[in-house]
Amino acid sequence: MKDFTLIPLCQLPMGRKGRVIKISTKGKERRRLLDLGLVSNTNVVALQKSPSGDPTAYQIRGAVIALREEDAFNVLIEL
Amino acid sequence: MGLTVNSTGKNIVSDFNNFVVKTQDEFLVSLAGNPNVGKSTVFNCLTGLNQHTGNWPGKTVVNAQGRFKYKGEKFLLVDVPGTYSMMSNSVEEQIARNFICFGNPDVTVVVADATCLERNLNLVLQILELTSSVVVCVNLMDEAKKKRIKIDMDSLSKSLGVPVVGVSARKKEGLNELMESVYKIACGEVETNPIKVNYDPIIEQSVKNIEEYVNADLHQNNTRWVCLKLLEGDLSIINDIKENMALNLDGNIQLKETLQKEKEWLKRNGMDEDSFRDIIVSNIVSHAENIAKKAVRYENSEYNTKDRIIDKIVMSKIFGIPIMIMLLGTIFWITIVGANYPSEVLASGFSWLEEVFSRLLLSIKTPTWLHDMLALGMFRTLSWVVSVMLPPMAIFFPLFTLLEDLGYLPRVAFNLDYFFRKSCTHGKQSLTMCMGFGCNAAGVIGCRIIDSPRERLIAIITNNFVPCNGRFPILIAIATVFFFGMKGTVEGILPTIVVTGIVVLGVYMTFVISKLLSKTILKGVPSSFTLELPPYRKPQIGKIIVRSIFDRTLFVLGRAVVIAVPAGIILWIMANIHVSGLNLLSHCAAFLNPFAQIIGMDGYILMAFILGLPANEIVVPIILMSYMSAGNMLEYESLTQLGTILTSNGWTWLTALCVMIFTLMHFPCGTTLWTIQKETKDIRWTLVAFLLPTITGIVMCFAITSIARIFGLA
Repeated sequence: MKDFTLIPLCQLPMGRKGRVIKISTKGKERRRLLDLGLVSNTNVVALQKSPSGDPTAYQIRGAVIALREEDAFNVLIEL
Repeated sequence: MGLTVNSTGKNIVSDFNNFVVKTQDEFLVSLAGNPNVGKSTVFNCLTGLNQHTGNWPGKTVVNAQGRFKYKGEKFLLVDVPGTYSMMSNSVEEQIARNFICFGNPDVTVVVADATCLERNLNLVLQILELTSSVVVCVNLMDEAKKKRIKIDMDSLSKSLGVPVVGVSARKKEGLNELMESVYKIACGEVETNPIKVNYDPIIEQSVKNIEEYVNADLHQNNTRWVCLKLLEGDLSIINDIKENMALNLDGNIQLKETLQKEKEWLKRNGMDEDSFRDIIVSNIVSHAENIAKKAVRYENSEYNTKDRIIDKIVMSKIFGIPIMIMLLGTIFWITIVGANYPSEVLASGFSWLEEVFSRLLLSIKTPTWLHDMLALGMFRTLSWVVSVMLPPMAIFFPLFTLLEDLGYLPRVAFNLDYFFRKSCTHGKQSLTMCMGFGCNAAGVIGCRIIDSPRERLIAIITNNFVPCNGRFPILIAIATVFFFGMKGTVEGILPTIVVTGIVVLGVYMTFVISKLLSKTILKGVPSSFTLELPPYRKPQIGKIIVRSIFDRTLFVLGRAVVIAVPAGIILWIMANIHVSGLNLLSHCAAFLNPFAQIIGMDGYILMAFILGLPANEIVVPIILMSYMSAGNMLEYESLTQLGTILTSNGWTWLTALCVMIFTLMHFPCGTTLWTIQKETKDIRWTLVAFLLPTITGIVMCFAITSIARIFGLA
């Protein structure tokens, strides 16, 4: 297990790409994230932060999606 | 109070299914798709109707239906809300899913975005589990062509097992082929063979084991979907299935027992509700990915670089918010500078018409009192409503629609989300707030896109804090006459700053009041939020002008005129019935005056706001009417002339400012209040929505007036 390389999506530096490993929340929030196509092995690119630093826009499966920090926190990725 | 399911979800869902009334000889066609893929445009093209369109997700919450004919057959087309999936439980998804599942449409058209096909295929695959009578309409082919994205329709159609049609709805291309496919499926000329997404062998085994018991009750092609939902155990979907299908879940003992057994078996294999869903979703997503890989070719891998560069600027840390305010300011500036001239032309046109109308009345020997009531009361109020309000509307609406079509509104939501989060409200509230700029009643209905009842109520109650199309012209007219002629400045720059400032104040107050509500009567934490930033699209200028003038300007103006006619008559009567030496109007104004003075206005102004409850558009004309009937007769010639009338009645810059602030913050108009009552189903929330802005406005006007008077500024 190389669990130590996992970071939450909200810590992905701008312009960098990460790969989704798992979603660490349950219920409705989990479903929302899955609906965006954030399943295991999905590539995500952090595009930019909003003027106030939150939310952040990500490139997910061809679409640009903004996520608040607390939501992106629940997506664990590998750089 | 009122925080129940009833006040949010359920009633809307059942409303929707009851609302579709199909006649016997019609085919029922449902129109589904992700948000913001041009569903409404496809709808408009097919039916010839004018559903509001715009480049941002979630604007179609009120559903439209329309009819079209093809090859002699009649079709009823129902636009269901745009959704990303059929799995989670937002109200829109529930409406869409239930309609496709239980509304028995003959054909379901799924509209997909050609520039973002993979993501759209998720929904297509989910809908194919619900029904096999599907036509996939790949819209925005023109955009895809521009971005050099090539889509192989044959491969797509083969992979999905249903007809696929490429369409550019805005250019009206491919619509005939679309109707042909719909026709063929409806008439049974084409059999579809939809792709079946295969899941984990363990799940497939469980489905098999309960399928026969479900099949015994149901004779439909979506038993597989029902089985999957039963195994997954999502209660809200199961309840909907119970209510709408002939499946006897509680009475069918065998099914119940088998289901229980299978669920336990799944659990032993490590599949609880969450991981079960993970497997389902991952499978669908990877299927979509594979299908898209086969069918889509990106000839230019940098196809969206331009969008990203624009985003980097308009959402940047330094420029994001200033650009937003400047764009808004530019729109106001164009409106302010542009509105003055047509206003003058209209005013002189109307004064000529009034003469003609007056002569006509006299020539048919109309009694003097009736002539005065109709010509000086009704007609004059009417002409003021048109000449003061029409020019700003006709300029402002198209410009605002331009931003909407471009795809800028979601960027506004992105820029402002931080503040909404700080106010403990839902991120989508920024979108409903933007809708409020158009019309507060529409904004209140738009709040349906917010799932959490608490956050939805906050959005509804605070929607009125941004000025709607009916109130912008008041702000613009007053700012123009009081701040236009300042020397040494660019023409119209000062009123622009004032109006922009008022709007910024409105947005700021939205945050303050939202936070206040979150901390008091509507306590809670913000719920999870995702926002799609759609690709920018080139607006169709010609269409925008036509649409915003006919759909919006004339609609809003029409409402104002309808209300101005009786208001003009009532006003004239009040001005001409004298009681103890004074007319009724002056009595009322005198009664309101002491209070009005404290908040920087006068009795006539306050009365105009009260009489303007049905439609704010008539507030300024009523003020003018009242002043004139009270003695100071002046011919209204232009906006600048308006200033003379107002100053001669004691207006100062302070009066103007207070009137503008009160315009921004007072009770919502009649239509909005009625809508709030309908949406919340609780008179107490309507009352809160009435009182909050009114009290805020009064307090703010009082504070400004007191400060100005203490320092001797006015």
